Amino acid sequence: MSGNERVDVLIIGSGASGAAVAWSLAETKMRILCLEQGDWMKSTDFPTNGRDWEARRYGDFDIFPNRRGRDTDYPVNDDNSPMKVANFNGVGGGTVIYTAHWPRMHPSDFKVKSLDGVADDWPIDYWALERFYEENDRMMGVSGLPGDPGVPPRNPPMPPIPLGKTGSHYGRAMNRLGWHWWPSDTTIATTPYEGRAQCINLGHCTPGCAQGAKASTDITYWPLAIRAGVELRTRCRVREITTDEHGMAAGAIYYDADGKEHFQPAEVVIVACNGVGTPRLLLNSASGRFPNGLANSSGLVGRNLMLHPWPMISGYVEETLDGGRAPITNLWSKQFYETDTSRGFVRGYTLQFNRGMGPANQAITSAAAGQLPWGRDHHRVYREMFEHRVGIGVACDDLPEEHNRVTLDPGLKDSHGIPAPKIDYAISDNTRRMMEHGIARAEEILTAAGAKRLFCSRTALNSPGHLLGTARMGSDPERSVVNEWGRCHDVKNLFIVDGSVFVTGGGVNPTSTIQAVALYIADQMKQRLANLFD
Amino acid sequence: MGNDSLSAAEIDALREIAGTMVPADAALGVPGADDPAILADIVKSIGRDLPLVRKALAEIAARSFGSLDRDKREALINDMYASRGAPIVALGRVVLGAYYRDDRVLLALKQEARAPFPKGYTLEQGDWALLDAVRGRPPLWRDDRRELAK
Repeated sequence: MSGNERVDVLIIGSGASGAAVAWSLAETKMRILCLEQGDWMKSTDFPTNGRDWEARRYGDFDIFPNRRGRDTDYPVNDDNSPMKVANFNGVGGGTVIYTAHWPRMHPSDFKVKSLDGVADDWPIDYWALERFYEENDRMMGVSGLPGDPGVPPRNPPMPPIPLGKTGSHYGRAMNRLGWHWWPSDTTIATTPYEGRAQCINLGHCTPGCAQGAKASTDITYWPLAIRAGVELRTRCRVREITTDEHGMAAGAIYYDADGKEHFQPAEVVIVACNGVGTPRLLLNSASGRFPNGLANSSGLVGRNLMLHPWPMISGYVEETLDGGRAPITNLWSKQFYETDTSRGFVRGYTLQFNRGMGPANQAITSAAAGQLPWGRDHHRVYREMFEHRVGIGVACDDLPEEHNRVTLDPGLKDSHGIPAPKIDYAISDNTRRMMEHGIARAEEILTAAGAKRLFCSRTALNSPGHLLGTARMGSDPERSVVNEWGRCHDVKNLFIVDGSVFVTGGGVNPTSTIQAVALYIADQMKQRLANLFD
Repeated sequence: MGNDSLSAAEIDALREIAGTMVPADAALGVPGADDPAILADIVKSIGRDLPLVRKALAEIAARSFGSLDRDKREALINDMYASRGAPIVALGRVVLGAYYRDDRVLLALKQEARAPFPKGYTLEQGDWALLDAVRGRPPLWRDDRRELAK
């Protein structure tokens, strides 16, 4: 095994949080190295360059790693979960294949114990993160419309994506019902922004943006971090974090592109591998001193996994709408976000309104839903669906439960022989009641919009696979893995900055909050550099 | 039978099945999925789904598909697809993925036969006045500072 030159800060993972923390710490002029197991992405490789762009969503750009199966991916045993894991392994991580929907968590999400008597409060609140949300919005480049009564004030630097025919159709239905709606915030550039071109409506944004209008950290944070002196090394898959005789992190052992093993020493190690990759790495870093996995004296590493159940309700209207020729994210509604115990559950959900799909995906998804027949009737039914689709996602708050967890699979390994993660996850009764409430409201909306052929997919399709909660933040070392500024209770030079540290998940896409938390932790580290390990 | 591609006999079976799944429609001016160019695209696109597609073809053949009339063939495919088995779903995905990128099919749907990039598409602004009904409403979100100060 070769030894590398010592660095001040070693960041493992270059996705949403790793990029943000690298950029923020760069101003310290410390020697910072990031190890990423995947490659840099090229815009010419993204599917919308080719005629097979829709089919590639089910191949090399599938959001599910087991299906995608790139050699930079690791397998995940999700057999014991109704929901699948989504990720991407490359520079930019999950931001390469996210939808770029950009809600923040609400202030109440951080205080669910105090406000609603469930789960636990975060040790920090929304207001501690507010300026980092703002900073991150500027860095990622957010398009949106100020003045939304559904969320706390924010100031998106670009105007919103047009409502289009589909958004207007939803808006009329929501006004008939008298319910809240607003154009969604998104990290899709609607104007030229910091070197990025504006959106030209290439279709569903999930499998990467050939135009570069969608903010992924390979084109936002990373160019700036590298210019400021951070080193990013790709095709480096970390096997374990090692510790020294004092119980401090000593560095990491990784495999390079040729499979050669290296040891990378570091003064500080920051883990940014997402809510599945991070507990996997910590559990794979067990040693004589840390027999149950690194930083796991609480036993909570891997526990409290939150995946955001996300039913999708769709239907078809007579009017011809936008189809798939625009970003799928369109509007949100916060009408049912905050707790109202008369509904029979605590916490709530965001309704997320989507545009349609391209020709092939319309056919594939409606066939899978049992709505598009095979045979002579195929064409007639298809023409009633294509460009007539409306669909609403119910983004449910997913409260933490210890039995929902990530462990190491006893048999499954990645291509380097590193034990793979195993997911055990069940949807709680509270969340199921929330899901059914949301499904019923979505059906009301679609009916008010004149939609027919309503169909609900509870978990099988369009599962977001958000990965949260598996190394939770807290002030009590017996009830949490990291403290209120991201440092592991057990290892004082080991930090975690990704969605693992979430105490609760809210009812929103988490990337905005993941990055705000990463910037907050980086800021805390900078303020404490003189006594970081005290 | 090759290990990495369908055999000639399997392609013949696929032609029959694909043509049943998505038949030509002269009135709409669209070919069927058994059209030679589309079939070739399907075969070329199977890739990682080869084991599942091969299994689907075998399962369909095992149910005497070849001896059935057209109505019964359609019923058989629809029945099998309703079971949501991985093989038939994979077969359907591959057939549809290739069919709905054929130039003739797209043009019949009044779509441009091209990749989305670099030209992109136009999205109209829509009716922003609809938001007037929402603007100015009282905040819906809970302010934890106010509630916890009580």
